[in-house]
Amino acid sequence: MIRIELPVHLRRLAQVEGEVQLQAGPPATLRSLLDALEARYPVLRGTIRDHVTLRRRPFVRFFACEQDLSHQPPETPLPEPVATGAEPFLVVGALAGG
Amino acid sequence: MSEVRLLVGTRKGAFVLTSDGKRQRWAISGPLFAGWEIYHLKGSPVEPNRLYASQSSGWFGQKIQRSSDGGSTWEAVGDKFVYEGNPGTHQWYDGTQRPWEFKRIWHLEPSLADPDTVYAGAEDAALFRTTDGGQTWEELSGLRNAKGGLWAPGAGGMGLHTILLDPTRPGRIFVAISAAGVFRTDDSGAAWRPVNRGLKSPYQLPDPDAEVGHCVHRIAMHPSRPDVLFMQKHWDVMHSDNAGESWNEVSGNLPSDFGFPIEVHANEPDTIYVVPIKSDSEHFPPEAKLRVYRSRTGGNEWEPLANGLPQSHCYVNVLRDAMAVDSLDPCGVYFGTTGGQVYASANAGEAWNPIVRDFPAVLSVEAQTLP
Repeated sequence: MIRIELPVHLRRLAQVEGEVQLQAGPPATLRSLLDALEARYPVLRGTIRDHVTLRRRPFVRFFACEQDLSHQPPETPLPEPVATGAEPFLVVGALAGG
Repeated sequence: MSEVRLLVGTRKGAFVLTSDGKRQRWAISGPLFAGWEIYHLKGSPVEPNRLYASQSSGWFGQKIQRSSDGGSTWEAVGDKFVYEGNPGTHQWYDGTQRPWEFKRIWHLEPSLADPDTVYAGAEDAALFRTTDGGQTWEELSGLRNAKGGLWAPGAGGMGLHTILLDPTRPGRIFVAISAAGVFRTDDSGAAWRPVNRGLKSPYQLPDPDAEVGHCVHRIAMHPSRPDVLFMQKHWDVMHSDNAGESWNEVSGNLPSDFGFPIEVHANEPDTIYVVPIKSDSEHFPPEAKLRVYRSRTGGNEWEPLANGLPQSHCYVNVLRDAMAVDSLDPCGVYFGTTGGQVYASANAGEAWNPIVRDFPAVLSVEAQTLP
């Protein structure tokens, strides 16, 4: 199972507590992971990616294994520790005041 | 006994304030959607417990929330706001062209007849409509044909902020956009035309009398006289008695004719309220005294209403959607400030009391009068 940590606003919106765990793929890529997340929680559609273009929203970032995956193409395979559940995939609101 | 419910949108969530008809003691619930910007909430006139809220965030985009029990519980409904076709470009601040880009919903206006039909005013400016309670939204894209390429953003963005539904002509809708002006449809949103004759915007437009481009901050209507409109423009308070075909200035003796909200008394169609602000670069009250101004003559002759409002060192603003009236007698008047105060008057503005003093910056106030 892949583990996803959502920011607090999105956890409230999706009415989840703690990490989300779900299957994605195969292959387990950025796109298949976000597809699976939005399929499980339709209320998150439009909050992480644009409804139409499916591009990452500008103030959302993806971190995992101490790497910034925000600018990787959607077909990028998830790092092995994320795909196996050893490490979480972090959806983060960009550091921009607030 | 009647009850009043105020729906307050702020920079960091929404609040619901309720009182009995005396309007002296208020119960406060919230914040709802804490941490999100709530530009606007509004209830259906035909089903008052049906509420809609615009919830947005610079990080996570636009959500629309709906309640069927007066705000106790909410569910997220549709939020896919997609411009029809290729929307083209509009003017940017420097006069260059820039593509239309959806940012947020500024204002929600439920239908006068159907609780599942709601109009939504967007930034970048567009009018959307749902007929299924918010599940799906379609753009009334004919609006953009009214010289959309010449519209430009005001300081707060290019938002469609006011939607007035004519209670006597179901197909007639007025909208106002900063900075584009007022537009009217008579066929339920298919065809639109600018109705800005008489507006003058020197120093803001190269042609002060231009057909579009005026920074209209707010328009208001009394339901008993839908052809009579009042406007707070960037500068100037204006009046039209022919459904926007022409406008004349009624700023009269106001200490400043800059401001954002304008409201009409619920029971006196010639009585209107504004909150003068010093200037476009100094968004605070003249002389640092917070005063609502009332005209009982449809403008030109204004009186200050300051009893209970701060009369020194006051540097708050009152935003365009942050003033409302109830329909009791005497009429209740309410407004919220960028400093987080919500003021109430249970006697048409003669005296004011703060319901709260320390909310986040208030973006919108709506009043519902409940049986």
